[in-house]
Amino acid sequence: MDRRKSIKSILLGTVAGGLVVHGCKPEAASTEELAKVKSDSNLFGRTAEEKELIEKLNSEQFFNEHELGTIAVLSNLIMPPNDKFGGATDAGVQEFIEFMAKDVPKLQTNLRGGLMWLDHKSNTEFGTEFKSAAEEQQKQILDSIAFYDPEIPIDEHPLEIQFFSLMRNLTLTGYYTSKIGIEDLGYKGNMPNVWDGVPEDVLEQHGLAYDEEWLAKCVDQSKRGIIAEWDDEGNLLT
Amino acid sequence: MQIKESPTMYDAIIVGSGAGGGMSAKVLADAGLKIAVVEAGPFFDPADPEQMTQLKWPYQSPRRGANTTRDFGEFDMAYGGWEIEGEPYTRAEGTEFDWYRSHMLGGRTNHWGRISLRFGPNDFKHKDIDGLGENWPIGYEDVKPYYDKVDKLIGVFGTNEGLPNDPDGFFLPPPKPRLHELMYIKGARKSNIPVIPSRMSMLTKKINNDRGVCFYCGQCSRSCQVYADFSAGSCLIFPAQKSGGQVDLYVNSVVREVTTNDEGKATGVSYISKDDRKEYQLRGKVVVLAASACSSARILLNSKSKQHPNGLGNSSNVVGKYLHDSTGSSRAGFIPGLMNRKVYNEDGVGGMHVYTPWWLDNKDLDFPRGYHIEVWGGMGMPNYGFGFNPNDFNKFFGLPTGGYGESLRNDVKKYYGSVLGFGGRGEAVAREDNYCEIDPTTVDQFGIPVLRFNYKWSDFERNQARHMQSTFEELIHNMGGEVLGETPSKEDDYGLLAPGRIIHEVGTTRMGDDPKKSVVNKFQQLHDVNNVFITDAGPFVSQGDKNCTWTILALSWRASDYIVEQLKQQNI
Repeated sequence: MDRRKSIKSILLGTVAGGLVVHGCKPEAASTEELAKVKSDSNLFGRTAEEKELIEKLNSEQFFNEHELGTIAVLSNLIMPPNDKFGGATDAGVQEFIEFMAKDVPKLQTNLRGGLMWLDHKSNTEFGTEFKSAAEEQQKQILDSIAFYDPEIPIDEHPLEIQFFSLMRNLTLTGYYTSKIGIEDLGYKGNMPNVWDGVPEDVLEQHGLAYDEEWLAKCVDQSKRGIIAEWDDEGNLLT
Repeated sequence: MQIKESPTMYDAIIVGSGAGGGMSAKVLADAGLKIAVVEAGPFFDPADPEQMTQLKWPYQSPRRGANTTRDFGEFDMAYGGWEIEGEPYTRAEGTEFDWYRSHMLGGRTNHWGRISLRFGPNDFKHKDIDGLGENWPIGYEDVKPYYDKVDKLIGVFGTNEGLPNDPDGFFLPPPKPRLHELMYIKGARKSNIPVIPSRMSMLTKKINNDRGVCFYCGQCSRSCQVYADFSAGSCLIFPAQKSGGQVDLYVNSVVREVTTNDEGKATGVSYISKDDRKEYQLRGKVVVLAASACSSARILLNSKSKQHPNGLGNSSNVVGKYLHDSTGSSRAGFIPGLMNRKVYNEDGVGGMHVYTPWWLDNKDLDFPRGYHIEVWGGMGMPNYGFGFNPNDFNKFFGLPTGGYGESLRNDVKKYYGSVLGFGGRGEAVAREDNYCEIDPTTVDQFGIPVLRFNYKWSDFERNQARHMQSTFEELIHNMGGEVLGETPSKEDDYGLLAPGRIIHEVGTTRMGDDPKKSVVNKFQQLHDVNNVFITDAGPFVSQGDKNCTWTILALSWRASDYIVEQLKQQNI
């Protein structure tokens, strides 16, 4: 689909209140404006200093191969693939955690110490390192550290629970900020569109409705491309 | 080292390119004057693909939006932050103040919330109501024509509600409320708390042929590439350059002081170029300071001479005093009625589509000034932090929290969009003993003495924050929700954020008719030196329960009109 067409379909697809893209002038102008919106996928607005920092962090290695392997196994237990979507490793979670450990150094001891705790526990109980243990054995260890009382501040929990909590947080945030995770979540925004209110079926589902009086004050999206003019009292004329 | 002097004689030199400086540049350039705009940071254009953060996905960055290099997340468009390397500030012992600076063309307007509220008649004369603080030497009727002009030039959506202290204007139509905002409206009505459409400076409708219309990505804090939100660079400085005005832009140029002659009149400014770390001088007939309330006060205090031994414009000893920020306190709630949502695009404009203006009479309360309520929520784009503690709300249903595996996916979806939060933004009473001054022991990397802050909240602000908290809890209960976290206690100042945190600091060069009690007159001209003006928020006598930007713009326009007139009459 070419870009113009895709913008038009975005428009039609997301507008709930029945806005239809006619060929009439102001609106067509405004649709064309939507199509002009750009985003270069190779850039994300870094200053020279910020680029330098990212390059520096990328040139360093914090976790060793064994630790990275353990992170991969652990993050995939936390967020496994299912029949529709990939899991944590497919979403690049281990690379993300490696980067964050360098970007936020205070995470390092907890992460590295926790990984050693996992191996120690696994060696003690099953005579093998965590990543080589059977999935059932791995889950047995996780079951002892994966649940917590949310009423108790996290830093008052035992270290292994803090560690797992951190791993779960980083895994989920890494997953849901990835392309796969955003698709899984179903987030529909971050693109040019025209907001014209909550879809009718959603209002019904939640037992809410718009006041007519309120709606009457809101923007008429079919006139968004017409330049605003007012009378002397501040009443919009266009 | 020899200071390099430019041969050009400017009609006016404007220090700073944010809301105040941008507006001065526009008005003075439109009048045909030759001006210099001196900005401490780099050039910035939100349409520049190299600088743009709008419409980026979190996975385009290895840190997925974390705030390592930018305090409000790495896609926020402000260069700067609470701390800037090599440019420190200090705090007097036992006091607090956090100072947010953004050094770039357009300054802090590149990332702000665009909440654009006029002050009402009472806001200019609040001493008449409660005997506290000071009245402004001007009233709403003096500023109204300029608010009207700002509305039409820059664009602000909202509605005319006929409220006595939240005046009507020339509004663009507002966007429809989102789902959580409808929930809020319904909950607030149960407690007779009014909710009206927001007033924010994004273009929901075309305002001229130079700027685009909002395309609802919800990312105004990233500054808009089609100029559909108000940022001072794209909406004031660029038009000033195009209007036939003669505008010289000096970027990466840090002003040290205003230079003066033997008669004590300003002759220009001296600045340090960040590019070569050398000092330069510019000459002008008029100097307009718009570097931000605290930065302009710092420049004045550092501009000492034989004629101005106490700093420029400081014979009153008032420069730096009466510093005050908006109060702020926040709370969030989990709303079961917003669980299991159908996912659709509700990005909308950046920020809230509805809000609550101050609705009570302080005569019945234990604090003298009001606050407005801001609301957030919805199904936003995931960024660093999304998915943390994914199922803590299970505790409300007696279910275990934590775990791993496929169930986490279901929890994340179940709770997506079910949290709603409130921020109260209120008025603090301006006090002489809250101030910034020069710290004689510290200089920045350019050798310029830095500011030391002395600021303490009083019980007026603490009691106001307590009221905010009880209101938020009531609203969340009205929505059938669960309030998150403990009610902040007296020891926590009832959740009142440290001064400076709301980034509405004003008042350091306040206006007045009496030169002994104020720094500038009602046209924002120094009492002591008639060719120096201040068009940032320094001249504010008080700031109401409103955000300050729209008033900065209106007053800057008014002061700039006065400068043009005075130059024409050859009075300065």
